[in-house]
Amino acid sequence: MERHRPSRETWAAVFAAPFLLAALYPLQKHIDERTRSLQQQKEELVLNSGKLLEKLSLGYGSLLADIYWTRAVQYYGERVGLKGAQFDLLAPLLEISTTLDPHLLVAYRFGAIFLAEPPAVGAGRPDLAAALVRKGIAANPDEWSMWAQLGFLNYWYLKDYGKAAAAYIEGSKHRNALPWMKGMAAKIEEEGGSRQASRFLWSQIYETSQAPELRRNAKEHLQALAAEEDAEHLEKLAAEYHDRFGHYPSSERDLVAAGIIPGEPLDPAGFPYRFEAGGKVRLDPRSPIRSEVLQPAIHR
Amino acid sequence: MHTWVVAINTFREAVRDRVLYNLIFFSLLMMGAAVLVGGISIGIEHLVIVNLGLTAISIFGIVMAVFIGVGLVYKEIDKRTLYALLARPIRRWEFLTGKYAGLLLTLAVNTALMTVGLAMALLYVSHGFLRADFSILVAIYFILLELALITALALLFSCFCSPMISTILTIGLYIAGVFSSDIRSFGALTGSSLAGGITSALYYVLPNFHNFNVIAAAAHGEAIPAALIVQNTLYAMAYIALVLFPAAAIFSHRDLK
Amino acid sequence: MPHKAIEIDGLTKDYYTGFWRKRPHRALDGLTLQVENGEVFGFLGPNGAGKSTTLKLLMGLMFPTAGTARILGRSIEDVGMHKQIGYLPEQPYFYDYLTGRELLDYFARFFGYGPSERRERVDRFLERVGLSAAANIQLRKYSKGMLQRVGIAQAILHDPQVVFLDEPMSGLDPVGRREVRDIILDMRKHGRTVLFSTHILSDAEMLCDRVGVLLSGKLQGVGSPSEILDVRVQGMEILFELPPGRALPPDLAEQTTQTGSRLRVEVPEEELYAALERLHLRQARILSVTPIKATLEDYFFQLVGRENGEHHAVEISKE
Repeated sequence: MERHRPSRETWAAVFAAPFLLAALYPLQKHIDERTRSLQQQKEELVLNSGKLLEKLSLGYGSLLADIYWTRAVQYYGERVGLKGAQFDLLAPLLEISTTLDPHLLVAYRFGAIFLAEPPAVGAGRPDLAAALVRKGIAANPDEWSMWAQLGFLNYWYLKDYGKAAAAYIEGSKHRNALPWMKGMAAKIEEEGGSRQASRFLWSQIYETSQAPELRRNAKEHLQALAAEEDAEHLEKLAAEYHDRFGHYPSSERDLVAAGIIPGEPLDPAGFPYRFEAGGKVRLDPRSPIRSEVLQPAIHR
Repeated sequence: MHTWVVAINTFREAVRDRVLYNLIFFSLLMMGAAVLVGGISIGIEHLVIVNLGLTAISIFGIVMAVFIGVGLVYKEIDKRTLYALLARPIRRWEFLTGKYAGLLLTLAVNTALMTVGLAMALLYVSHGFLRADFSILVAIYFILLELALITALALLFSCFCSPMISTILTIGLYIAGVFSSDIRSFGALTGSSLAGGITSALYYVLPNFHNFNVIAAAAHGEAIPAALIVQNTLYAMAYIALVLFPAAAIFSHRDLK
Repeated sequence: MPHKAIEIDGLTKDYYTGFWRKRPHRALDGLTLQVENGEVFGFLGPNGAGKSTTLKLLMGLMFPTAGTARILGRSIEDVGMHKQIGYLPEQPYFYDYLTGRELLDYFARFFGYGPSERRERVDRFLERVGLSAAANIQLRKYSKGMLQRVGIAQAILHDPQVVFLDEPMSGLDPVGRREVRDIILDMRKHGRTVLFSTHILSDAEMLCDRVGVLLSGKLQGVGSPSEILDVRVQGMEILFELPPGRALPPDLAEQTTQTGSRLRVEVPEEELYAALERLHLRQARILSVTPIKATLEDYFFQLVGRENGEHHAVEISKE
């Protein structure tokens, strides 16, 4: 007959297990701290070459592309908004992703914006962004939206209106291109940069992007543009005030008291506008809106 | 007829060896991915699920084809289960093709079930199928062709090598077949016409597994040309025959001590 | 039937061992032999004599270096001939993930029976070898004896004309051996031919119409058991007990061995009754009187005329 009672060894294993497992947690934390102080966390990619990775992937490059894309998004998400954040690895990560999967359109779109955005929001390298988008155009000749990306890049970040218009025209020739491309090309030819075009283009990006980072970024730009428009309007009213009273208003309340505006307008982030000397309108220092035009004299 | 009897028994052996349990792991993987992918990559859920699913189907299948394939004949000789069987009115080549067909059947069933799992994950993530998803089925068909070819190679080696050597040879040939076009370009780069000639010949002799990989295209919903489907099928059939005939010849003349 | 059951002519098998082609090892040397229909033929010889090699050559598991063989008039290369023969391999091993019934069913499928006939045969032969109770247990749980029985079942379930059994008694207890013997005798009764190899002398004596003796790949002789083995009775063995206080007869004392209360003495055949008389005088209780036969080893000593202890010890069964 078998003994039904578990052996001594079994009991020992059962009792010891929870204690041993519990001991692992603090031990690991200590180890992590120690290793962190030992090595500088240098930002480096072990394998830099997209081509090499493609070979190593033994035909499974498509999945590896998705993995690198995910890494790129996480890399960006960890750093955006942090003071003094650098985005050195963003370009290589996107480069690898698009080498492994040349049809990964979302990667080109991401790079077209965030490689070009100035630091704290992006890598500040519109040249790298342009190179990436051109790669996207070459790999996806039927994709009109790549041309739209190139156009926008030239328009907003590089301020090269000639190239921007050319890109929009090229894109408009494609089968599925949206009808506004041609008109946009003409407008840019004529006027260069205009708030109307900018608002339209950023709205397009906001509506057609699915990556939350892209949407958030587009929204911020739209808010900034709206604030700039408000500010222009307010400055006109401040000039009116000056005509009437001989000096500029010191705050929005002055305008209300003068009956020029019915209430105190707030910027899209919910903060009142400030008046500086000479009737210039600026953002409240606490406002998160990023507008270079409207930055207050006092640095935040 | 006898081939079929052996095939069914080979399938039964695989099932009883709990080979199909890998499906549990696969379905956990797919379920986890389907649930998590939305949080990680918005907008490309469909792409990621198809990439992940097809890659997993391919890898699981290759592992199964190699590890069971190298033992198909070797095990029967080593354990001498073969002796009583061959005393029956069955020819040696019938036995061999029966083992082959049995493993293919196992792989086909396994892949079919995985396809269902992938379909369910896709439904969850995309709430429906597009016509473009037909490419996924083509990709899976190509994976099956690949597996049939790998199995044939493993079977060939199983006739005269130990499982360890067979594994190394089979996997080696697979990798060479994936890189065969690179081998040829490399030979052309060296500038030596001898190297170029050898690598070029190698290109046509090696089993070109890269022909069968359309995972990226299926993931992006691109259509796969019907001509390619026909050509790959013929290529696979020709190469498999090229492998199985010598296997049958070797096995038919082998002394079973 | 017009053809002999088995006709072997000059069958030879060489093995090449090691990496270089050294001188080949000749496992079977020019075996020539015929077995008649309805005969039970015993293949005798120590291990390594070439008995299993012969059977494997006949079954097409190995290919001869030279010579030919025909079974029921058909070449051994004719796979169709296998419909009429059965084979039990030495120390059989079967697919251990199958049950006994599943294995027999699988093997039966190669003969083209309909499902109900197949089922009936499987049940019948499971019964015949005494495995009905264990039919649904996986073979991996079978004992050696049970595997041997299922092996016999798979060899005969298609009613073959000729049956080849390689060491059919190995691994069986006395009951099992009797059952196998009965099966062989039953087959002979039905006019089937049986060729089996063994190194158990008494089985050969009891069952075979003829035996062939194989030594180092060469056939030493073929004939009826008594002809060939020429087993001379070497003497008689008496087992007895002495009442306490009684002594042994002095002339027998030297040849007597004692185990516990049991005494054993060997005497020449002619002196049997004299010895019994002397023991009787001492009030000895006679337990048994048995003839001592030459062992197979002794027999080979005679044949070959050389001392060798390498051959596997052979049993003599005193049943």
